[in-house]
Amino acid sequence: MKVLYFAWVRERIGKAEEALDPPAAVATVADLIAWLSQRGEEYAYAFEKPKVIRAAIDRMHVNQDTAIAGAREIAFFPPMTGG
Amino acid sequence: MTVPITIRLQEADFDLAHEVAALSRGRTDIGAVVTFSGICRGDEDGEAIAALTLEHYPGMAEAEIARHAEEAVSRWPLTGITVIHRYGRIVPGENIVLVVTASSHREAAFQGAEFLMDYLKTKAPFWKREEGASGSGWVDAHDRDDTAAARWAKP
Repeated sequence: MKVLYFAWVRERIGKAEEALDPPAAVATVADLIAWLSQRGEEYAYAFEKPKVIRAAIDRMHVNQDTAIAGAREIAFFPPMTGG
Repeated sequence: MTVPITIRLQEADFDLAHEVAALSRGRTDIGAVVTFSGICRGDEDGEAIAALTLEHYPGMAEAEIARHAEEAVSRWPLTGITVIHRYGRIVPGENIVLVVTASSHREAAFQGAEFLMDYLKTKAPFWKREEGASGSGWVDAHDRDDTAAARWAKP
């Protein structure tokens, strides 16, 4: 799956997107955040307050308990500040 | 009749009068047009701002605004909507966002515009970075924007 990062999540991780293939045990958005947090200091920093992080699957907002099976594109970002 | 909905994300500025004319030209079914412009302020909590840089999620931003425009059309008797949201670097005094709603009567146009702005603030995937005198940083989301959006939630 393609994983995208925006705003300070992107800055902390140091990349805008990457292709990832998490293990099958990673079932939900929250699981994916926990799995990503183990990948290195930059990920741990980006996801240090996991409840703050917002997510979208295939360009639709989702809650962190949403299953990621079948997702093509998952995005992580801070609360939005547009308008 | 299908309600004309125009959504544009762009770096360039926009012209409010031009957008209102484009929405209403040649039509006699419109009795009310409401416009909202969001403009970059020169200070935030007393600190001077040199510029804002807006980042967005291409693809999702358009889709999310379109979903809310369709919802506005389903909730109020609107006869036209235009939403323009800029991205990139914007300096104080420049436009950031435009919402135009048209209807036969003012109430729907006012409410539709307010609804769209409240949702743009909290659900459209845009993020502002502020350049100030003491450095630059990402703007925090405000609880007051969530409160404003929550009043439109359906029971």
